[in-house]
Amino acid sequence: MKPRTRQVLNFWSLFTGPALWWGTVLLVPYLIMLAISFYTRQFPFHVPDFQFGNYVTLIADSQYFLVLLRSLWIALAVSVTAFCLSYPLAYFLAFKVRSNRLRLFLYTAAIVPLWVSYLLRAYTWKTILGSEGILNSFLMWIGIISEPSTIFLYNQGAMVVTMAYIFTPFMVMPIYASLEKIPRSLIEASKDLGAPRFTTFRKITLPLSMPGVLAGFTFTFGLSIGDFISPILVGGPYSNMIANVVATQFGMAMNWPLGSALGVVLLVIVLGIITASDKLERIGRINLG
Amino acid sequence: MATVTLHDAGMRKKPIDAGTTGLGVAALCVLAFLYTPIATLIVFSFNSNSITRLPLEDFTFDWYTRALGNPDLMTAVWNSVFVGVSAVMICLAIGIPTALALDRHDFPGKTVFRRLVILPITLPGLITGVSMLTFFRSVGVDLSIWTVIVGHGTALTAIVVTNVFARLQRFDRRIEEASADLGARPWQTFRHVTLPNIRSAIIGSSLISFTLSFDEIPVTFFLTGRDNTLPMYIWSVIRRGITPEINAVGTIIVVISITLILISVFMMHRENDRAGPVRPAR
Repeated sequence: MKPRTRQVLNFWSLFTGPALWWGTVLLVPYLIMLAISFYTRQFPFHVPDFQFGNYVTLIADSQYFLVLLRSLWIALAVSVTAFCLSYPLAYFLAFKVRSNRLRLFLYTAAIVPLWVSYLLRAYTWKTILGSEGILNSFLMWIGIISEPSTIFLYNQGAMVVTMAYIFTPFMVMPIYASLEKIPRSLIEASKDLGAPRFTTFRKITLPLSMPGVLAGFTFTFGLSIGDFISPILVGGPYSNMIANVVATQFGMAMNWPLGSALGVVLLVIVLGIITASDKLERIGRINLG
Repeated sequence: MATVTLHDAGMRKKPIDAGTTGLGVAALCVLAFLYTPIATLIVFSFNSNSITRLPLEDFTFDWYTRALGNPDLMTAVWNSVFVGVSAVMICLAIGIPTALALDRHDFPGKTVFRRLVILPITLPGLITGVSMLTFFRSVGVDLSIWTVIVGHGTALTAIVVTNVFARLQRFDRRIEEASADLGARPWQTFRHVTLPNIRSAIIGSSLISFTLSFDEIPVTFFLTGRDNTLPMYIWSVIRRGITPEINAVGTIIVVISITLILISVFMMHRENDRAGPVRPAR
């Protein structure tokens, strides 16, 4: 047997199984979803078709367009909140903790919540913010309020807090990684040249940590825009996100074409953000030399 | 890491200033924010009050006894274990050959294939769930625990692929050539040379995949039949209201998953530390 033939044989003996599997359970389902997004809804289910009506509905029907805008807004709010929480923590770990062992311990401590059940982390916020919850009973206990308040739970604020809480570790990881990579000599040089600390931060540290910030935003934004659990648990009446509408269309509403179209839109948004942040990062890298 | 260590060693002791103190306080607050909910879950699993509110009442194991005596809950736990173990087997059966193929062969469409394979962990889980639902319905498969297993397998294989692939990239293939030169058959080389080198990556990513499967909602939500997994059971209960039984189950899950994850992190670190010469770039 020629080496080349053997190489090809080796490859296919390795790859046939995975190729069939990935084709069947990944590629084909995406294509079916894409196809159904062009179908027409017809009682009791839907009929094959090729029309853009479902996509037009998503933009023309204010109900869906509002959900789209709200999802983008909430995902942005979650990302910004997570950023505000993560940056000081990551900065402190990277620059201020002198013992390596303590730094590793604190970093691990910041990441571990990621592995604690997602569902339970969302659920505890319900027990914390609820009208009979911990925050209310605490405030009553120490005498700040006399009646339980309902303002904490079932609104967009609760949603943002819960999701920011859940996704903060995804922001800490890349920011810390990028801060840690900054050569300390650059910061020393800036100080030696007489720059005040904030100027050094603004001109050196912050720009050089942008790749991490960008990666963190990408993770957090993508994860929160696709979440439908937190909105149901803590979000209240005006909290439907894209993912919730998708779930409803595939569940009770039984409108698969519309649900698929929305699924495709969600897919495009997330892939778009990943691509954009990739591009931005590359541009940034060239600028920084 | 190395540069940081050198830098630290050469750093003079400086008095701690106000800025650093402020930053430290902020960092501690963020950590407190990250751990308060988890602490809440654990504390209230031992508290006798059936409403989770302050002040705390008596210490009790009641919720644990009740949770462990709840047949629906226990069935859900075993379903989840079954789903998790089966999904991990799929992840390994598909993930390892995929990683090997990506590491060792060039083929047309490789870049696209690589992007496709990691889509389930890049995109929201809901998309995997919905697209697989449309697939199963189109080919006439009824939803059951098996569709959930296939769903989890699909959603989580990327974790095995990325971890094993990363390890393979740093593995010196000259050892394999040596093994072949010494007369070992290909499967012997794989069994005695390749496998031991990627073993910790396999074990680590299996533990991560299992933990994620045990907690999975977005895919399960669309693919589940009559058999509830644990998260789906918890979901159905907490939508109706709050019961401290969930806190007890939650505490058990928290302890087990943190243990599994720390083991897997430890395994991957240990192996990274004693990894031999890095394979020269091609």
